[in-house]
Amino acid sequence: MSDTTLAATRGNPALDLLRRYGIWVIALVVMLVLPKIFTSGAALTTMCLMGIMIVFSLAYNMLLGQTGMLSFGHAVYYGLGGFLAVHAMNVIAAGKLPIPLPVVPLVGGLMGLTFGFIFGAVSTRRAGTVFAMISLGLGELIASLSLILRGFFGGEEGITANRTKMLTLWGVRFGPQIEVYYLIASWCFVCMIAMYAFTRTPLGRMCNAVRDNPERAEFVGYSTQMVRFITFCISGFFAGIAGGLAAINFELMNAVNISGAQSGSVLLMAYIGGIGHFMGPVLGAVLVVLLQVFLSDITGAWMLYFGLIFIMMVMFAPGGMAGLIMLHLPLWQRGTLLQVVPAYGVMLVPALMGVAGAVALIETAHHQLVKTATEGPAMTLFGIAYTSNSMLPWIVALVLIGGGLWLGRLWGPRMAGAYSDAAHGKDLGKEVSK
Amino acid sequence: MLELVIFSTLNGVLYGMLLFLLASGLTLIFSMMGVLNFAHASFYMLGAYFGFQISQWLDFWVALFVAPVCVGLVGAAVERWGLRTVHKWGHVPELLFTFGLAFVIEEMVQMIWGKLPVDYRVPKLLDFPAFELFGTTYPAFRMFMLLISVAIFLVLLLVLTRSRIGLIIQAALTHPNMVAMLGHNVPKVFMMVFGFGSGLAGLAGVIAGPALVTQPSMAHVLGPILFVVVVFGGLGSLSGAFIASLMIGLIQTFAIAINYSIGDLLTSVGMARPVQGMLSDLWQVTVAQVGPVVPYLMLVLILIFRPTGLMGTRES
Repeated sequence: MSDTTLAATRGNPALDLLRRYGIWVIALVVMLVLPKIFTSGAALTTMCLMGIMIVFSLAYNMLLGQTGMLSFGHAVYYGLGGFLAVHAMNVIAAGKLPIPLPVVPLVGGLMGLTFGFIFGAVSTRRAGTVFAMISLGLGELIASLSLILRGFFGGEEGITANRTKMLTLWGVRFGPQIEVYYLIASWCFVCMIAMYAFTRTPLGRMCNAVRDNPERAEFVGYSTQMVRFITFCISGFFAGIAGGLAAINFELMNAVNISGAQSGSVLLMAYIGGIGHFMGPVLGAVLVVLLQVFLSDITGAWMLYFGLIFIMMVMFAPGGMAGLIMLHLPLWQRGTLLQVVPAYGVMLVPALMGVAGAVALIETAHHQLVKTATEGPAMTLFGIAYTSNSMLPWIVALVLIGGGLWLGRLWGPRMAGAYSDAAHGKDLGKEVSK
Repeated sequence: MLELVIFSTLNGVLYGMLLFLLASGLTLIFSMMGVLNFAHASFYMLGAYFGFQISQWLDFWVALFVAPVCVGLVGAAVERWGLRTVHKWGHVPELLFTFGLAFVIEEMVQMIWGKLPVDYRVPKLLDFPAFELFGTTYPAFRMFMLLISVAIFLVLLLVLTRSRIGLIIQAALTHPNMVAMLGHNVPKVFMMVFGFGSGLAGLAGVIAGPALVTQPSMAHVLGPILFVVVVFGGLGSLSGAFIASLMIGLIQTFAIAINYSIGDLLTSVGMARPVQGMLSDLWQVTVAQVGPVVPYLMLVLILIFRPTGLMGTRES
């Protein structure tokens, strides 16, 4: 598909270049310009966190999306990288070593690579459930060890460092958050390019082969174990870099960074964004960080929403957000994207009803169960003031959910029909929808 | 010393039997549906909370029967309207679905019953010491827990090996297509096994709740240990799960009682223990502190050297 579009523009080398690298230029410009638009301190912190999580979730997706290895313990490499980076910062600052701060993430990366090498050697011998279980075991093992080895992991309070006490180059001391942002953004950009480049190498292609059909990959002459092992090491390296960036950003590493919860959240990010496409984890990291920052401000039940969004994604859009976007790319290319708008617009009604009902139900329940004891039953939602202990809001919420589900069932097939008409043409679309 | 051995053995066997109540359901579900159910420990937690709520409203003895049924119904509903939808996408989404479900259940429990432990008490009828040994008493409720779990174990064994339902379940474990050909409704069998397994986990929660602590973190503390049991014993093997449950129960209980470190060992053979350096803690760590790590070490080692587990016949 992309080959044909490339061939069509082959006559014009400038356009060809733009097509190929345009997206990266856009990404670079966006990264450079964002802090000029969102200048507040909170926005800057959020964007730093996004940069770190983009690297981490892309590294994770090298395993899950590209090689088909489901890991439940990838925070090990992120956390160990972060801890070593914190220690490195302290050693460098204490010994006045001539090493500038921007190099520190590399220390984390090398730590991730080392442990990727050690743990990868034992865990990548098998794929599938066995690999998933070994990664879970190793993850829990290191997480429990982090509470025992207080010297290295610092116990509950963790290890702190000071990033401004390092060698200064060109007067940049990395005191203000904006300087840290540009440091993280540049590492993020470099890592994104490196990881994308990896998917285009023969090894990257073999990863996909090992994921899709390990038997045939073996017959072609590749050792699937070796492919998994190398990918695992590289993924550990990038996860370690993300950990190093986190160490610089927070100037603190504690047991949470290496826990099962962190491994779980990177899995959620990659999956919500879409593991089938390179850009998926990037979308996922951005969305999940946004949700974490803003939802936790708005509602006390934000973790519940987060879990529900994940379940909905798994049930109805296993391709993630990137999958949903890619579904519509053929429509865009055929120029039939506008055809589906009316059908989608109609579906917006039950979707909004369902979401509004669910939000009302959760918020009312949260208020009634958690806050009523201290603040009383009066509450406001969507600008409407009511009391959470009366029957009416509950009934309205349930009716909205029920109505949304019913209308969705009723109109769902029509939307699917409109999509296949737009994707395959009217006549074929009829055949398919039959 | 003898006192320690006897009490640790009792507690270890009790903990092991509780683990088996959970692991038996998990391993059955796994071998039938190929789903490693991350939410299994959440059903155990639901059992504890349902048991607490029902014993608040009515009575513990009502809760003992009603709460597991409620949890079983929740489990069956999850299979019917959740897992069955995801099934068509493959095993990884199924696994992730249960992963998300565990997350949601924990959040809901926190919302309804709060983040702090609830006051789930031992029923009055069983609130007395069962016997006294070397001046230490052993609570009757623990004996009751042991009794219930052994009874369930025996019933499970009889049902699976001697009854017609057990025959169908065993057949569906290995030859699901053939069972469907013979006219059995395999999805319905799946739903019932899932519901039944969840119900067993719920029962474990009802009886473990008063003895251990009923709090929102109880699921994710136990969850990974359950996987260790199931994988160590061999995926899909009930007898393997039984052996692994007892082993892990005993190891964890005995580890807590032993207060020695490698450093102590080195000193006793006349070597100086290293005290400097970042990893010096390694020498000070006592066996009791290492206790929680041991199961994961066992998991990793068995997967490396014998991926089928102790008694298992297949890898995934």
